[in-house]
Amino acid sequence: MSSSTEWPLWEVFVRSRRGLSHTHAGSLHAPDAEMALRNARDLYTRRSEGVSIWVVPSAQVTASSPDEKDSFFEPAGDKPYRHPTFYEIPEGVKHL
Amino acid sequence: MTAALALGDDALVLSHRLGEWAGHAPVLEEEVALANIALDLLGQARVLLSLVGDEDELAYLREERAFRNVQLVEQPNGDFAHTIARQLYFSTYQRLLYEQLAAGDGPFAGLAAKAVKEVAYHQDHSEHWTLRLGDGTDASHERMQDAADALWRFTGELFQPVEGVEVDWQSLHGGWLESVTAVLERATLTLPTGPQSGAWTAGAGRQGIHTEPFGRMLAEMQHLHRSHPGASW
Repeated sequence: MSSSTEWPLWEVFVRSRRGLSHTHAGSLHAPDAEMALRNARDLYTRRSEGVSIWVVPSAQVTASSPDEKDSFFEPAGDKPYRHPTFYEIPEGVKHL
Repeated sequence: MTAALALGDDALVLSHRLGEWAGHAPVLEEEVALANIALDLLGQARVLLSLVGDEDELAYLREERAFRNVQLVEQPNGDFAHTIARQLYFSTYQRLLYEQLAAGDGPFAGLAAKAVKEVAYHQDHSEHWTLRLGDGTDASHERMQDAADALWRFTGELFQPVEGVEVDWQSLHGGWLESVTAVLERATLTLPTGPQSGAWTAGAGRQGIHTEPFGRMLAEMQHLHRSHPGASW
């Protein structure tokens, strides 16, 4: 297929259970949002993986650049006090 | 068990036809969608044929004249529009049929209650594609109209009463016509004007009379089992 006839790319997010967030599952091609949703249902939830699906045009995703990796992420590396690791998680708290 | 055989063969044969798209569908996503529908139908066929006898024997060792499916489901895939038109006509029928069966207390109520959710998705899939092809480009509109017209004469057979299937066939036909008309209109297509039943239409699949392409389809479907009897994974 030439690029002029190729369908746009969509990112798929699937919520596996109530109470959890939608998680990125993958991407697919579809002519429009409605079909993207249906394709996502067939590609990513046919083994009961989900209860809800979001599709987002890939072109609408603004991503951080690999070039900015150091300035974006490295400063957090030596600040352990930002991590909530100084208390015990009570039993029975799920999905934390 | 004429009824289980008729409904089971419809599902089995359409499942095989849809499976033929594997490796050939226009895009990968659509190939998975069609294979998914095929597997739903295969599951229904297994339950139904098991009510009659050994499912493998029934699928792989019967001759053409012993199959009781309607002629619509055995029609070749053609172009994508033909596959979608066949899906639209059949899934609309199957959904209404299973809804009625699920509401009753006959032998198929349990199966129908489960399958109707699958079939609702098959219908949704075919309706979305009918809308996009009919209301798409000039070329896709023309192909979708050609397909809807070409398969029309196979639709009357769907509403011939089957012994043992306790539904109101007249209301089934009425509901089907209403639903299909609405989708075709929204897709800017014209409801085919040819006859649904009578001379020059299909109508004998339930009696074991099939169209020419069905024999070739069966040969492909059955050859492995016939060449290697009892072969398993």
